[in-house]
Amino acid sequence: MSTATDTANEDLQHDHHDDHHAHHAPSGITRWLFTTNHKDIGTLYLWFAFIMFLIGGAMAMVIRAELFQPGLQIVDPNFFNQMTTVHGLIMVFGAVMPAFTGLANWLVPMMIGAPDMALPRMNNWSFWILPFAFLILIGSLFLPGGGPNFGWTFYAPLSTTYSNDSTALFVFSVHIMGISSIMGAINVIVTIFNMRAPGMTWMKMPLFVWTWLITAFLLIAVMPVLAGAVTMVLTDKFFGTSFFDAAGGGDPVLFQHIFWFFGHPEVYIMILPAFGIISHIIPTFSRKKLFGYASMVYATASIALLSFIVWAHHMFTTGMPVGAELFFMFATMLISVPTGVKVFNWVATMWRGSMTFEVPMLFALAFIILFTIGGFSGLMLAITPVDFQYHDTYFVVAHFHYVLVTGAIFSIMAAVYYWLPKWTGKMFDVTLAKWHFWCSLISVNLLFFPMHFVGLAGMPRRIPDYSLQFADFNKWISIGGFAFGLSQLIFLAVLIKASRKQGEPVDDRVWEGAEGLEWEIPSPAPYHTFDTPPVVK
Amino acid sequence: MKKTLTSLTILLTMLSSHAVLAETASSKDPYQLNLTKGVTDISQQVYDLHMLMFTICVVIGVIVFGVMFISMFLHRKSKGHKPANFHESVKVEVAWTVVPFIILIFMAVPAAKTLIAMEDTTAPDMSVLVTGSQWKWHYKYMDHDVEYYSLLATQREQINNKFAKGENYLLEVDRPLVIPTGQKVRFLITSDDVIHSWWVPDFAVKKDANPGFINEAWTVVNEPGVYRGQCAELCGKDHGYMPVVVIAKEPAEFEQWVAQQAALQQQAREEEQRLLSMNMEMSDLMATGERVYQTNCAACHMPNGEGLPGVFPALKGSPITTADKPAHIDILINGRTGTAMQAFGKQLSLSELSAVITYTRNAWGNNTGDVVQPKDVYAVMNGQ
Repeated sequence: MSTATDTANEDLQHDHHDDHHAHHAPSGITRWLFTTNHKDIGTLYLWFAFIMFLIGGAMAMVIRAELFQPGLQIVDPNFFNQMTTVHGLIMVFGAVMPAFTGLANWLVPMMIGAPDMALPRMNNWSFWILPFAFLILIGSLFLPGGGPNFGWTFYAPLSTTYSNDSTALFVFSVHIMGISSIMGAINVIVTIFNMRAPGMTWMKMPLFVWTWLITAFLLIAVMPVLAGAVTMVLTDKFFGTSFFDAAGGGDPVLFQHIFWFFGHPEVYIMILPAFGIISHIIPTFSRKKLFGYASMVYATASIALLSFIVWAHHMFTTGMPVGAELFFMFATMLISVPTGVKVFNWVATMWRGSMTFEVPMLFALAFIILFTIGGFSGLMLAITPVDFQYHDTYFVVAHFHYVLVTGAIFSIMAAVYYWLPKWTGKMFDVTLAKWHFWCSLISVNLLFFPMHFVGLAGMPRRIPDYSLQFADFNKWISIGGFAFGLSQLIFLAVLIKASRKQGEPVDDRVWEGAEGLEWEIPSPAPYHTFDTPPVVK
Repeated sequence: MKKTLTSLTILLTMLSSHAVLAETASSKDPYQLNLTKGVTDISQQVYDLHMLMFTICVVIGVIVFGVMFISMFLHRKSKGHKPANFHESVKVEVAWTVVPFIILIFMAVPAAKTLIAMEDTTAPDMSVLVTGSQWKWHYKYMDHDVEYYSLLATQREQINNKFAKGENYLLEVDRPLVIPTGQKVRFLITSDDVIHSWWVPDFAVKKDANPGFINEAWTVVNEPGVYRGQCAELCGKDHGYMPVVVIAKEPAEFEQWVAQQAALQQQAREEEQRLLSMNMEMSDLMATGERVYQTNCAACHMPNGEGLPGVFPALKGSPITTADKPAHIDILINGRTGTAMQAFGKQLSLSELSAVITYTRNAWGNNTGDVVQPKDVYAVMNGQ
């Protein structure tokens, strides 16, 4: 809470004359409950995401403990399925997405020279409904029969006719998450469209703002589709409809089309802001302007558009007509072109720069290499005939953890280390942070790289037990998993120290090569910034 | 009476005799790193495509990461390197958009060819209807009078770490699918409940089993042998315990096998009819009933009959298993629509049905003393 009062005090001393903010200084819990300040809400989102990351991570530890050796040792298969399901839901909707929304809250107004988000009360609301969504979801695990056990993708009819009654709670909680995301996205779009500082034209916007703007449009386009899917699951299960039941004229594969029409843009929702973050960090620590700014913007937009026409590559084994399989294969392969452009641009930015390797840069470099490995396996998965072999094996698990953990989550960690000194005014504990980086880097690869091998050798995903052939690698994978889990406690230590304002004070720019409006304001960033808009040249 | 049961047991053992053969195949390399080449022309093509993709990715990776590492090594501030000023180049940017595009076309052509070949299910030599249900496969030979269920054969004690795990732990079934080599075998794949996915890596065949719809896949196996796979789509609690085992035999051997199976199944049906006029002993029913229960029912209702609260109902002390006998027989035969309870009327024989009903009405303190005979089940089945 010391962070709270410190910032509030600084704010009281800060010279401003914004009358409707005059009542903003309640202390204690009410400050956080009623806050409409983008920085407070950003902090709330980020801590919430981190707590969810730890809870979802604890579930991953249960999964890895059970898979440490063949046979059933720790949990029964039904509970195992609940763990894989809720782990996925928490990490996607509770950790990665709220973390990016938290970063957007903190950074978008500061980067475009706006005093706050455009719709501050809705901003408060969109955060505060989230804890309830996850209370409902996690609470359902404690009901008789347990929580959702049909995978985060909740394919019908496993999630309808064959699920237990807690499905209603699952549906309700996903609805709340969706409403929260849509409100967050509306806020981002309205803010960026209306509140840019004079002179900040579209093609002068920082890339984090650009990528988030495009992400926000993706969110608005697909979260209602998810809401539709869960509602149909609800009515199929409880009200006798047959959307996904052939006996009533429906089709279970229809569910997958609807789900992945949401699901594929969703995976770009979780990676586009990461592209933005990396496009800030690489130039800073290369002390050189980002290579190909315009092509970065166009590449992001192309990826977003392509994301709407590739969904069925998740469904190659469902028995689609060969023409559809060819279309989705070609469209999916195309995504590697704009994604490649991004990676090439980052490498070209580094080329003949003047590089240093501070903690944010370490995470950003690890991101580029490891995300690209995930991209390669993604390209392999696009090839339909081979996807028949890869589909639903650990090869897929390896692929999406490379893009989501060493991709999205590494970018979030990079972002936190990059902007944390700006938020707190103090440099974080660099030694601990480096330990965090190196422990995470080594363990995450021990965790996810051998998954490629067991997947290719034929180990299906979502199984609580496996044949003896896979025993050795799974042991190593589990050890990597425990080590990666423990490494995140170092991150927790860094964050606690930072929130207590320990560390050396930093200057306004913090990093030598940092460019952008957020580095022009004092460190720590005052409670209210840009009451008078800056002029961008 | 005892004799009849023994002969039935022998029959069942003979039906599953090829399970013995299945267990002789050696287990796989624990350090297998790569995709299998498999045993069909298609699986070989798929493997080649996989290696082509992999090689292209590695080459691109080495180049891109190589440039990156050179830059990280040479262009660092600690070496006194001064930053250059360039930040765009139309030529370079066009090049690294167009070149990857050309590489993609190079990948797409062979991929499309293989895909089109894989999806050509026309002109099969024979067809097998593959039906998934929680958690077993059913195989029906469309051109012969042979059909049977194929269940996991690994003992529960191995899974629970009470016995040492066998060589083919979780990859062994009581009755594998048997197909001829060198012939185009078409698989018609569907499901009775949730979505399953029938997968044999050595054939490069993985196809979802969707309830209410039939998918097609095919294979021509070149080598006789035992090929193992698993269900690939999350299908509920025992998704991990739903293996696929296929034995490929020389065509002559296959013909012999399938004729023998048809005869045995005919014989079993006749045996069933004879049972209708007989009464079985309580002790025989209980013994058979326990075996049937552990194989078919224990996955959901649990070995102790207590079920999983909120998911699968308990049989111990339930009003159905302790009082309402006609309802009990009816549920077992016809299942319960809208739940995971399957219709066992077509899965088990009359004697097995009567035995398992007798068992569940008398085990775990249910002690109703009821004895259900095959003819009682037959009566309910035929609406008498």
